[in-house]
Amino acid sequence: MNHLVLLPVLIPLLAGSLLLLAGRAGKAVERSIGLVATAALLLVAVLLLLRVGTGELLVYYNGNWPAPYGIVLVADRLSALMLSLAAVLALASLLYAISGDDELGPRFHVLFQMQLLGINGAFLTGDLFNLFVFFEILLIASYALQLHGGGRARVRAALHIVVLNLLGSAIFLIAIGAIYAATGTLNLADLAAKVAVAGNEQAGLLRAGGLLLLVVFALKAALIPLGFWLPPAYAAASAPAAALFAIMTKVGVYAILRVHGLVFGPEAGAVASLITPWLLPIGLLTVIVATLGVLASRELHRLLAHLVVLSAGTLILTLGLDSEAATSAALYYALNSTLVAGGLFLLADLIARERGEAQARLDREQAVARPALLGTLFFVGAIGVAGLPPLAGFAAKLYVLQSALLHTAASWVFSVVLVSGLLVIVALSRAGSALFWQTGDTAVLQARSGLLPAATTTLLLSGTAALMLAGGAATSFTQATAAQLADRTAYIDAVLSNQNLAPSPSEGVAKDPGRRGDFYNTLRPAKEVPDA
Amino acid sequence: MEALLSVLIGVMTASAVYLLLRARIFPVVLGLSLLGYAVNILLFASGRLHLNSAPLVEHGLAQLPDPLPQALVLTAIVIGFGMTAFLVVLALRALREFGNDEVDGGDKP
Repeated sequence: MNHLVLLPVLIPLLAGSLLLLAGRAGKAVERSIGLVATAALLLVAVLLLLRVGTGELLVYYNGNWPAPYGIVLVADRLSALMLSLAAVLALASLLYAISGDDELGPRFHVLFQMQLLGINGAFLTGDLFNLFVFFEILLIASYALQLHGGGRARVRAALHIVVLNLLGSAIFLIAIGAIYAATGTLNLADLAAKVAVAGNEQAGLLRAGGLLLLVVFALKAALIPLGFWLPPAYAAASAPAAALFAIMTKVGVYAILRVHGLVFGPEAGAVASLITPWLLPIGLLTVIVATLGVLASRELHRLLAHLVVLSAGTLILTLGLDSEAATSAALYYALNSTLVAGGLFLLADLIARERGEAQARLDREQAVARPALLGTLFFVGAIGVAGLPPLAGFAAKLYVLQSALLHTAASWVFSVVLVSGLLVIVALSRAGSALFWQTGDTAVLQARSGLLPAATTTLLLSGTAALMLAGGAATSFTQATAAQLADRTAYIDAVLSNQNLAPSPSEGVAKDPGRRGDFYNTLRPAKEVPDA
Repeated sequence: MEALLSVLIGVMTASAVYLLLRARIFPVVLGLSLLGYAVNILLFASGRLHLNSAPLVEHGLAQLPDPLPQALVLTAIVIGFGMTAFLVVLALRALREFGNDEVDGGDKP
């Protein structure tokens, strides 16, 4: 068995626990533990990426329990890709945070590691209920990170998020109950196999469960009409928290891709392609509303938060095109938009710090202290996020549009994506000229930050250039990922083919067949548990 | 028994939704707790309802109960408890911050 798969969950868990114990050891110790753990996480994620790059599916059976009964972690190309993306973003956010933002409130580093634990677990798990548990870990850490630094805006935003997500968790559980009642399993691979042969009498429950899951994931991904919580929350969050949150909407999109792609895919019998007709309209609507939000924003952080919603909408719209090329395009788009959004949140904080009283309001009250550096970074970030050549945002958008060419709704996709792109460019150039052009000459140098924050921001924003330079390699990887996602049988077989697992849990029972209830048999008549 | 249980879940969910829409912290906390109970019973029922069955395992019984929903409910209770505790603390902080118990923090910005 391959223990590498467990490490992305284990490292933040151990580091977080260690940080709790080392709470009084001082900032330097806390920072080094956090940095070492996050760097190790990046290393593990890259190793995983290299391992699964061959097309191998790594399945980890926790405690060696055979698949539909035990809990499995599965690493495929998609999981490894998202893990690496999260690790890069996390390392950059942490490097930014240790230049001072982690001192705004207590226990920042513990919460940061726990947040990573939830995110990584959600990317790796192969079990629906475990997905719920990792979502809860991720959420409770994000509530506290949202509050990091305190203040009225953060408290109000956190209150809204907590109430909404508690409601979301309840809906998630209802969906799990419905799906379990219909199939008797929660293992995603087993679910996919069971749902494919489910009869009509179970179709109602399955359809209800699948659509309720879409509601939950749409709430996480901040899709309209469930995404209005995001802009005030992300705009209020402290910079490193907001930068890390850039991956959170992608967790929602990932869950849709994973759960609905695998369990309610085109081969799912009575509930085949359950949510496909919903995705395109929801995505288009989200893009439209988010574009209006971008235009109406009078503050840089809020503008960026609307851009996060916009990218989630574009992702869902692309997934709604329902083809392998579209999935590949969506993944490439996700890589670019996450890195740029994270970088821009850090940049907005740099700008706000240097403008003193004016913060990041889009007016000409005050100039920044380092207009050349920050202006250039803003220019690069804006080009990367708006989708202009020569950076990867352009390639990603082109790829998305190309995959929409043959779709029946191509005219809708083209008009919405292109007009939204134009309006975003308008809003960003207006923001850029307000912040950097003809500003008052009262440049304040009170909070001139050091080299590390600017370097970290540059690193994240240069991700979009790197993605463009390595475009061939990146797209061939996302294409392979999309192909692997479409091959559901391989996933199901890889997870459920555990006949040679050593000590079966039924070993003791098998010696006395009379003691064995028919519970296992009723659940899985087709594939019996191996009796050692 | 199925009818009784479904009516119970329905009434609890309806009350929870009513309380949630009050938009004041205390009713919202109560509503979320109530919704949690309704969901837990629903999860419990997803393993089918049996009368006179063994709690987990018993010799000679052909029909054994499904242990998984019990485990799910247990996990959901623990998580729900933690989340509610966090929400209550957060609500107290909001009360101190805004001076009222509106979910939106009142009219004051």
